[in-house]
Amino acid sequence: MDTDSTLIAALARDLDGSFEALVLAHQDRLYSIALRLLGDRRDAEEAAQDAFVRAHRALASYESERIRELRLRPWLATIVLNLCRSRLARRAARVALARPALSLDATELGTHEPRADDAAEPAATAVRRDARESWAALLMTLPPVYRTAVVLRHVDGLSYPEVATALDRPEGTVKAQVHRGLALLRTAFEAAQRREREEMTA
Amino acid sequence: MTLSDKDLETAMADLLTAAPPTLAEGVLVEVGMIDRYARFEAPIGPLVVAWNGLGVSAVESAPDDATFEAQHLARTGRRAVRAGELPEDLGRAIARRLGGDRQVRIDLDLRGHTDFERDVWQKALEIPRGEVRPYGWIAAEIGRPKAVRAVGTALGHNPVPLIVPCHRVVRTDGSIGQYSLGGPANKRTILAAEGLDPDAMESAARSGMRYLGSDTTHIVCLPTCRHARRITAPHRVPFRSLEAAAGAGYRPCRACRPASGAIAA
Repeated sequence: MDTDSTLIAALARDLDGSFEALVLAHQDRLYSIALRLLGDRRDAEEAAQDAFVRAHRALASYESERIRELRLRPWLATIVLNLCRSRLARRAARVALARPALSLDATELGTHEPRADDAAEPAATAVRRDARESWAALLMTLPPVYRTAVVLRHVDGLSYPEVATALDRPEGTVKAQVHRGLALLRTAFEAAQRREREEMTA
Repeated sequence: MTLSDKDLETAMADLLTAAPPTLAEGVLVEVGMIDRYARFEAPIGPLVVAWNGLGVSAVESAPDDATFEAQHLARTGRRAVRAGELPEDLGRAIARRLGGDRQVRIDLDLRGHTDFERDVWQKALEIPRGEVRPYGWIAAEIGRPKAVRAVGTALGHNPVPLIVPCHRVVRTDGSIGQYSLGGPANKRTILAAEGLDPDAMESAARSGMRYLGSDTTHIVCLPTCRHARRITAPHRVPFRSLEAAAGAGYRPCRACRPASGAIAA
């Protein structure tokens, strides 16, 4: 990407002079990846912040040649993914400890995004927000491996080669995981719609 | 209703969300590119403490936020943003350090300062609460016995006074000397709060007393050394010089190392 190659050249020249530009250019995507994997705004902000701090530490230790060879988008995605994975693992361990009877899958379902308390919201915005929240909640029901693939490809918008780099998996595997993820999402959506209809007619 | 892949992809693309405004600031603070600051109460009144992910970067008295921010930018090249209060850990650590606990760890961000300045500040950190040392003592202890004036200058540039206790360094003639954090009156207040009597210290020094020995142990100390302060009145033996003390059969204390002060004095 063109802005990224300019950014990489600047980072290789003067890390501290251009690091803020890196943060501003990539904060929405790292935050979104974390938010859609973790389902919690505060966790997501912490994970994204931590990812940038680690990126800074890494960049500070790299020779400028190595910085120039970086593929910024997948590289940053990998950093935030690793942090999200360890957060999910810690969360699972905590819940497993507190409630040993529950399965690990079930623990991730309860962490929906908190609703913004905005009373004076236009109706159209509210509808769209509700739709987004429903999709975000459905996404959280997917097993992590499919959720991650869908988030990188379709929320973050990485290309398949970039997703493959970020996940360090073959492109074919990644494509299959994205397709499987979308299929699961469709099933989940249709099931939710059926439930809604049943509730309305009941 | 059936959904096409396109519908699903659109729904997913819509989940891209703007980062909260606190995120970028948090990152830049953590990597030490901008600082946060808050006010805290010290014995000499309200002070400002600034910090970032690397450590505490400034302790200052500033009349208002705008003045502090401008001074901080000029001094460090970094923007300072006001925080509600000190992080809990840091507030506790500073309180303990001011209470005399030299073991409590407080990271400092001293980028942009010379090795000499860091050596001087590191040495000042070794002076216990309730004691003082002469400038020449620091100079001798860091192996630069002739650099007494430079030690004074370095202490004047201490960006984190109170945390690095440059107020515990006094002139070789025993007078209190200068203080960067609001002048000598503040230095007296802080030393008094730490259990010293600055007036008595100065008048003893004026009378010629530079060292204090005990006629039971035959050890000679700097007058504020914790060992010297334990000597009861009938056993206190004042000396004008270490030569006089040595002549009387006294050896220098190993805790306050008075000979360090003497080399440059």
